[in-house]
Amino acid sequence: MADLATRTLPLSGFHGGSGAASLSAAAPATRLSLRAKADAVSALSLALGLSLPTRPKTSASGHGRHALWLGPDEWLIIDENGADMMGAVASSGVLHSATDISHRNTAVIVKGRGAEVAVNGGCPQDLSLAVFPVGACSRTVLGKAEVVLLRTAEDTFRVECWRSFAPYVSGLLNEAAEDAGN
Amino acid sequence: MSGANRIPGAGRLTPAKTARFVFDGKSYAALEGDTAASALLANGVHLVGRSFKYHRPRGIVSAGAEEPNALIGVERDAARKQPNVRATVQEVFDGMKVISQNRWPSLSFDVGAVNNLLSPFFAAGFYYKTFMWPKQAWKHVYEPQIRAAAGLGVSPTEDDTDHYSSRYAHCDVLVIGAGVAGLSAALAAAKTGARVIICDEQAEVGGALHYDKSVTINGLEGFTWAQATAAELAQMENVTVLPRTTAFGYYAQNFVGLTERVTEHLAKPDRKLPRERLWQVRAKRVIIATGAIERHMVFANNDRPGIMLASAARTFLNHFGVAVGKKIGVYTANDSAYEAAFDLKRAGITVAAIVDSREKPGEAVLAEARKLGIEVLTGHAVIETAGKLRVSSMSVARNGGGRGRSIAIDALLVSAGWTPSVHMFSQSRGKVAYDFESQRFLPGTYAQDCLSVGACNGTNDLQATIEESLAAGELTSNASGFTASQKTELQGSNAFAWTGGMAGAAEGAGPDTTVKAFIDFQNDVCAKDIRLAVREGMHSIEHIKRFTTNGMATDQGKLSNIHGLAIAAETLGREIPKVGLTTFRAPYTPVTFGALINHSRGELFDPTRKTPMHALEEAQGAVFEDVGQWKRAWYYPRAGEDMHQAVNRECKTVRDVAGIFDASTLGKIEVVGPDAAQFLNLIYTNSWDTLKPGRCRYGIMLREDGFVYDDGVVGRMAEDRFHVTTTTGGAARVMNHMEDYLQTEFPHLNVWLTSATEQWAVIAVQGPKAREIIAPLVEGIDLSNEAFPHMSVREGKICGVPTRLFRMSFTGETGFEVNVPADFGPAVWAAIWERAEPMGACAYGTETMHILRAEKGYIIVGQDTDGTVTPDDASLSWAVGKKKPDFVGIRGLRRPDLVADGRKQLVGLLTKDPKLVLEEGAQIVADPNQALPMTMIGHVTSSYWSENCGRSIALALVAGGKAKLGETLYVPMPDRTIAVEVSDMVFIDKEGGRING
Amino acid sequence: MLLIYCPYCEEERSELEFRQAGDAHIARPTNMTEMTDEEFEAFFFLRDNVKGLTYERWRHLNGCGRFFNAARDTVSDKFVTTYKAGLPKPDISALRPATEATVETYEATESNAK
Repeated sequence: MADLATRTLPLSGFHGGSGAASLSAAAPATRLSLRAKADAVSALSLALGLSLPTRPKTSASGHGRHALWLGPDEWLIIDENGADMMGAVASSGVLHSATDISHRNTAVIVKGRGAEVAVNGGCPQDLSLAVFPVGACSRTVLGKAEVVLLRTAEDTFRVECWRSFAPYVSGLLNEAAEDAGN
Repeated sequence: MSGANRIPGAGRLTPAKTARFVFDGKSYAALEGDTAASALLANGVHLVGRSFKYHRPRGIVSAGAEEPNALIGVERDAARKQPNVRATVQEVFDGMKVISQNRWPSLSFDVGAVNNLLSPFFAAGFYYKTFMWPKQAWKHVYEPQIRAAAGLGVSPTEDDTDHYSSRYAHCDVLVIGAGVAGLSAALAAAKTGARVIICDEQAEVGGALHYDKSVTINGLEGFTWAQATAAELAQMENVTVLPRTTAFGYYAQNFVGLTERVTEHLAKPDRKLPRERLWQVRAKRVIIATGAIERHMVFANNDRPGIMLASAARTFLNHFGVAVGKKIGVYTANDSAYEAAFDLKRAGITVAAIVDSREKPGEAVLAEARKLGIEVLTGHAVIETAGKLRVSSMSVARNGGGRGRSIAIDALLVSAGWTPSVHMFSQSRGKVAYDFESQRFLPGTYAQDCLSVGACNGTNDLQATIEESLAAGELTSNASGFTASQKTELQGSNAFAWTGGMAGAAEGAGPDTTVKAFIDFQNDVCAKDIRLAVREGMHSIEHIKRFTTNGMATDQGKLSNIHGLAIAAETLGREIPKVGLTTFRAPYTPVTFGALINHSRGELFDPTRKTPMHALEEAQGAVFEDVGQWKRAWYYPRAGEDMHQAVNRECKTVRDVAGIFDASTLGKIEVVGPDAAQFLNLIYTNSWDTLKPGRCRYGIMLREDGFVYDDGVVGRMAEDRFHVTTTTGGAARVMNHMEDYLQTEFPHLNVWLTSATEQWAVIAVQGPKAREIIAPLVEGIDLSNEAFPHMSVREGKICGVPTRLFRMSFTGETGFEVNVPADFGPAVWAAIWERAEPMGACAYGTETMHILRAEKGYIIVGQDTDGTVTPDDASLSWAVGKKKPDFVGIRGLRRPDLVADGRKQLVGLLTKDPKLVLEEGAQIVADPNQALPMTMIGHVTSSYWSENCGRSIALALVAGGKAKLGETLYVPMPDRTIAVEVSDMVFIDKEGGRING
Repeated sequence: MLLIYCPYCEEERSELEFRQAGDAHIARPTNMTEMTDEEFEAFFFLRDNVKGLTYERWRHLNGCGRFFNAARDTVSDKFVTTYKAGLPKPDISALRPATEATVETYEATESNAK
């Protein structure tokens, strides 16, 4: 048997930003694209140990696992502990679609008093706390790339993007974070 | 000393804070806070540029953003030059280099000024009439000549070394303009807790308070109050104060574009700072407090340096401490100009006379003039001026009466009244209405959630402006759910209420056709030009504007539009509102490309997408090509190889040994759900029910019109799970196409789609030794031909990590496509390469991939098809399910044109001379000797040198092509005609045995 | 840049997140193979391109991903309302401003001048 192949992370070791908004690569995580109709939500919630949010722009988090409402039948599930969630949802016994996208996405963590301004460097949404509170999430655009935003704290955003967009997304955030400090 | 014309004790700049700058090679002293205009005037420099058409000497007309004349070039270094900067806006910084424009060889002696003497030949519409014939001459003579002479400044030739940034911002209330009105409104809004952004184009807030020293608000001198208020606002969490920030465009739903000039005024800006910052503001409500712009008087030779707006002279004196002359005249049609004379007189400047076109000026200003001993000539006109490079005298005559008396002056302050700045209001699609009483256009019908306050709303009185603005600030905040605990109160007073004003030509502007009474300084449009336009038959103001170019310069007619309109109305004998106002369009003032582009340059111009293995391929010497946003390995040249040699080697090696290829960019869609097969039945022409889990099928997707849209291999992973692949370029649109049908036409199906393109790194291993290469790395999959035949898929492990292993081929050789979670791609590629290289295999790129597939007659959708090709045209009828009741495109395929004879069909072409490689896109004819224009029966879609065939090969779309097998056709080229034989599309291994090896 | 109300996200979002997707309320026939050429032409090729109120499909592509319908005025470029896919055309008369200001046009200006 060959040696176990090692992982090469798309944003390996990335750090950037400014005093106002620091940027770092999120640790590897397992991710599911979960699709289901309303009647399957409770069983899937049980299987994931997390109540799947059903209101737009909301998320549920617990024990390093996040469930993000992306659309009326779509959730992005992120497990920061690397748990196997395909198995978990498969055992739910209800109609759904789960696709492993752990390697499709990567994420940049934007943190600091200027985090909001930094993300607004490319994202047209209103990110004020009143409109985009802690726990709010949304698929949206950052410049010319699609991203999923999750506000994990008043001063922290998790910016998820497809791996090949990571250099662009981190590059744009880096310029915007620098400007947020000015 | 910072200029001989600086008046000790006047102005608000600090005498100790000096800066030096260079104008046309000569060094001058300035004070911090000066604009280029104020600094030049302080040094007695009035002549700063030449006009566009006549090259007439020109000076500074205004003290603000409306400046039409004083355009300069500003240089920091070779890379950082900016042409056409308004001298009245550009702040001086130490070491600034300023150059005048539109003159040669020098500003005071300009050869182009001969145009002024020839001006009778340059009347309005001159270009349109003169360069009409001969027809050819426009392209070869006139246009190049005019282009060389046209344009004002000179563009920099080097890359801009500065950077620019951009921000989206949201607020409850955006206040545009920070004069009395804007500050009052912002203050009232801010105190409710609403989110407020207030911007102003000037370096310091205050607007008209820059010049009107007579204003007191809440006991403070106006300008001081403004600074204190701005400071108070800036302290508040919910307020953003943006000086040096121009609101340039007002778009739908209260979306307003602002440009903030961040470093333009700094001598040594921190390189971390952006030069400009673009703000894209979405405001719940907007308060427009943009003030009013003073108009000049229109009379003969009113453009000499030293002739300027009265309010500008007041600004230069009261804010910058600069006297614009030693002996000044005033020519006015309204009261406000009197105050300029008063201020200058009190500063010790001689006021030769105030010439007022009205018989009855305001009583109060008349009394004050008398008190100060200033001669006032009411009912008089300035009918002429003299002075070559600066005004030296004015001729004054009684209205309607003969020769004037000449009065020596060195500056002439003019004012025809005030034009409310309705630009933002009008850009918001609000409708302006003409107010006959005050003879001006004012905000009429609102189209968006905004309010105009102060001078731009036609409110003249100071206290009325304050009250109106405070109320607007409160109202707009209340509308967003914010209320103040306490009412904001402000008390203001000023010296004089102003009356008067006129629009159009004054006495001394004609009516003859030789007098140059300028209305648009920058474009050299005179009153006579408007009259000429009307005589030539232009009746719409839009036509008059284009015929004369009035208002079409970089200042967009801020001074000239109303004058032009009034003259047109008079000539046409109509009322002003009946002639109509030209549309106000963004940008309000010019916006740099840098600000608009902001982050989108260099690496951030567009996302550059790289596959997980990119770095390894680079290390292996790959040359990359752009495929959409992707970088794909194109070929892997070895030492001494050119592209042709590298590709030939790669092609041979794959068929003789094996090759590895990065196929990660192929689109991948996971189709999951109990109705997955049924959904694919509808989306593809093929049948999917019969496909067993573990098997793959090549699928074709059509549009509803029956033409091929995309293709790819689909693997069935389980009863309810398919792994669909698409072309690289088609990934996003195919996903959208499938989602569209699923959501809107087939929503009853229980199936979901997930893009998995980037989940997987894909390594194609192709060639006779492919199995041998990967075998030791694979676990849990029997790779034998029997257990794992061509067009199969298995899940197992490779290098210890999970894989979806496809047995498939785009080369016609035994092939595998190794899919592994993307992070593992590089390690698995390296492990495969480690096995492959010693066996003599190679890495190959997209060029080789293209040739190998063409050798087998496999099409590339988008290259061999063009959106008008049916499956049958491409010999793919076998992939269309004949018994299917429905699929997207089923009806389109039966359209008369799609089943007619003589359609263009894909065939192979073999050149009679095997060494000749056809050009892709070349046209094909049946008879090379026919008369021109020839009847073209098709074109070449793919063409390559095939090292494996030892000759060139090509694919082509040819009318009735399949019936022409063996026939000779011709490809006419500029230098020769190439004979080709029509063949089938498979050039190698026609039996197809190799694929099952 | 417009704001578009997404009926699924239940808020206004920037136009940048959306894509237009052609005319709305054109259902794909279930009897495709039985259609005459004329019927297919009417279904697939012919569109009205109206000046004024039009019904369109939009997709919240970089948002919830849903296709939905919109009633939009092609003269004022304003969205009158948006509603979920599958719902019938709403009663617009109740939602529409009585007189919609038209865009400045040459005709408008010229007729003013006369």
